[in-house]
Amino acid sequence: MFPVKELKRSALIALWFAFLTFPIMVIKVDPIERVVQYRWDNMFFIAFGSFVISILAKVYVIRKERRAVSKKETAATEPFAQRIIREPRFLYPLVLGCFIFGISFPFLFSTYQTNIMTTALMYVVLGLGLNIVVGVAGLLDLGYVAFYAVGAYSYALLNLNFDLGFWVVLPIGGLMAAFLGVILGFPVLRLRGDYLAIVTLGFGEIIRLVLENWNAFSQGPSGIANIPRPGFFGMDMTFAGGITYIYYLVLLLVVLTIFVVNRLQNSRLGRAWLALREDEIACQAMGIDKTKTKLVAFSLGAFWAGFVGVIFAAKTTFVNPASFTFLESAIILSIVVLGGMGSIVGVIIGALILILLPEYLRALSEYRMLAFGAILVVMMVFKPDGIISNVRRSYHIRKQGLSEGESHE
Amino acid sequence: MSDSPLILQVQGLSKNFGGVKAIDNVDLDIRQGEIVALIGPNGAGKTTFFNCLTGIYSPTSGEIDLSDPRTGKTTRVNGKKPNKITEIGMARTFQNIRLFPTMSVLENVMIGRHCRTKAFIFGAIFRNAATRREEAAIIECSYDILKQVGLHKQVNEQARNLSYGAQRRLEIARALATEPFLLLLDEPAAGMNPKETEELVALIRLICSEGHSILLIEHDMKLVMTLSDRIFVMDYGKKIAQGTPEEVRANPAVIKAYLGEDVDA
Repeated sequence: MFPVKELKRSALIALWFAFLTFPIMVIKVDPIERVVQYRWDNMFFIAFGSFVISILAKVYVIRKERRAVSKKETAATEPFAQRIIREPRFLYPLVLGCFIFGISFPFLFSTYQTNIMTTALMYVVLGLGLNIVVGVAGLLDLGYVAFYAVGAYSYALLNLNFDLGFWVVLPIGGLMAAFLGVILGFPVLRLRGDYLAIVTLGFGEIIRLVLENWNAFSQGPSGIANIPRPGFFGMDMTFAGGITYIYYLVLLLVVLTIFVVNRLQNSRLGRAWLALREDEIACQAMGIDKTKTKLVAFSLGAFWAGFVGVIFAAKTTFVNPASFTFLESAIILSIVVLGGMGSIVGVIIGALILILLPEYLRALSEYRMLAFGAILVVMMVFKPDGIISNVRRSYHIRKQGLSEGESHE
Repeated sequence: MSDSPLILQVQGLSKNFGGVKAIDNVDLDIRQGEIVALIGPNGAGKTTFFNCLTGIYSPTSGEIDLSDPRTGKTTRVNGKKPNKITEIGMARTFQNIRLFPTMSVLENVMIGRHCRTKAFIFGAIFRNAATRREEAAIIECSYDILKQVGLHKQVNEQARNLSYGAQRRLEIARALATEPFLLLLDEPAAGMNPKETEELVALIRLICSEGHSILLIEHDMKLVMTLSDRIFVMDYGKKIAQGTPEEVRANPAVIKAYLGEDVDA
């Protein structure tokens, strides 16, 4: 597959690089000891590294050329992952398997693992919520974490001041966030693209700064501690039991979110969102109320963030503004972009990768942001649509509908 | 034709962009069942006129009244939002095609059904019987319209993969899906080959025969002269002539606008 000529070329490049970097990478003069060290291993690394990179670059170029030559051909053959999702006979067992694995997870693994998985699943829900706004409706929201914070603080404050329980606040938190979504939505409706991104970014920071500085309201940077965990019919639970309980709670929320988001996407409203993303003016000219559609997207996305926020507060039993920085928004956005805009499966995979990998690669934690950036750059170059690009599953339904339509003839 | 009811009445419509009078005091009227053409040299303000009618621009002054021939209700539409105007019953196509490129052909038309249906968050999530019925009706109606414009074999194709002529027809189909009584076509034949233009003429006649009135902007004079019942001519934002094709063809002002003034005159 890979021509020998190119291998030779890459070897030459490697050699050349090794030669060029020889003075700085290999020779090290120690003026105190008055000796010269020759670090030959460095030379090897450079040669090997440049060899691999040049091959990768060449592979990319070759692939791109092939794609350009036979564009039709590649369009017909779908990527493997998408074919699996399209075929119900592969998809259903896969979903069932994932579900069983999800259910039995706390029994198979330790409490620590369960806790990490809970966090990852929370990010799945956050990603799916943001996916409505960014992926489907095409509104770039960089302040999504604000709604998450609103949910978390709703529970913390309502519990602190009015002694309301988890289950009461869960819907309230969601609705508060949705309400705030509408409030944010109104002034920014006219904005698009970069402008919208900047305003939402500012909004996220405003919420965080308010929480940080309004001591009388939110206890400032020291945060609110001793938030009760969710109860289960007044039962007392052990520490491990509590973690397992929250895990199932979040799992349930994930299933619910997938269900709702999937239905929304394949509905009249979901179509309107897609159309809005593609062409705003044409969308209005076709009788779609831009204001209403955008506001609904904003508030529905915010609703899920508020939901997860409440659970977050209950899980950690402590909230402070430091949990809701811009980095958090960036991570959630990366989940959506990496996973694939508008694709539910993609977002789930993206969330699991982005949250679980750093947990299990603790040894490399110093390089986390570096790796993050590198992954995103590589993804944008090789697969700009994300791991799994949006598959229009609604086609199946459509075809059925069509065959009905045709039978009327 | 002259006794059928007026469905669009434009009086004294003006639109200024700063000091530029893009449209200057234009009157226009369309009766039920007519095909009316709006012609004029490039930059005459025809598309701006369309944008004012459909609410994309709000006019500086003047009045636009739409009367639905089905109900006889008259609505003043100037300053209303585009989606409201489409809801009342005036749909348009665009000069530079504005389809939803990554959505399928069928979905594009289904978007047109949006303002005639009403399922919302609740219906989307619970997918109750009413919503399912509505969704099936949307699909069926969209498919019928696609069949009318001859695109029913490509329902699952992405809109951007269609040929140019097909994309224009899809735009018309999408506009028809909103159930307009008045259809505004902005240069529907631009960039089409003679065969495609011929098909388009047949399609416009068919649409008209089904009770839709049509206002079209077009540069293809053969198409305009064969199709239209009446023609309005604009130049530099002003209406310079109106009448039947024969009248307009003989009008010296029109000839001057298109061919320039005689040096000797």
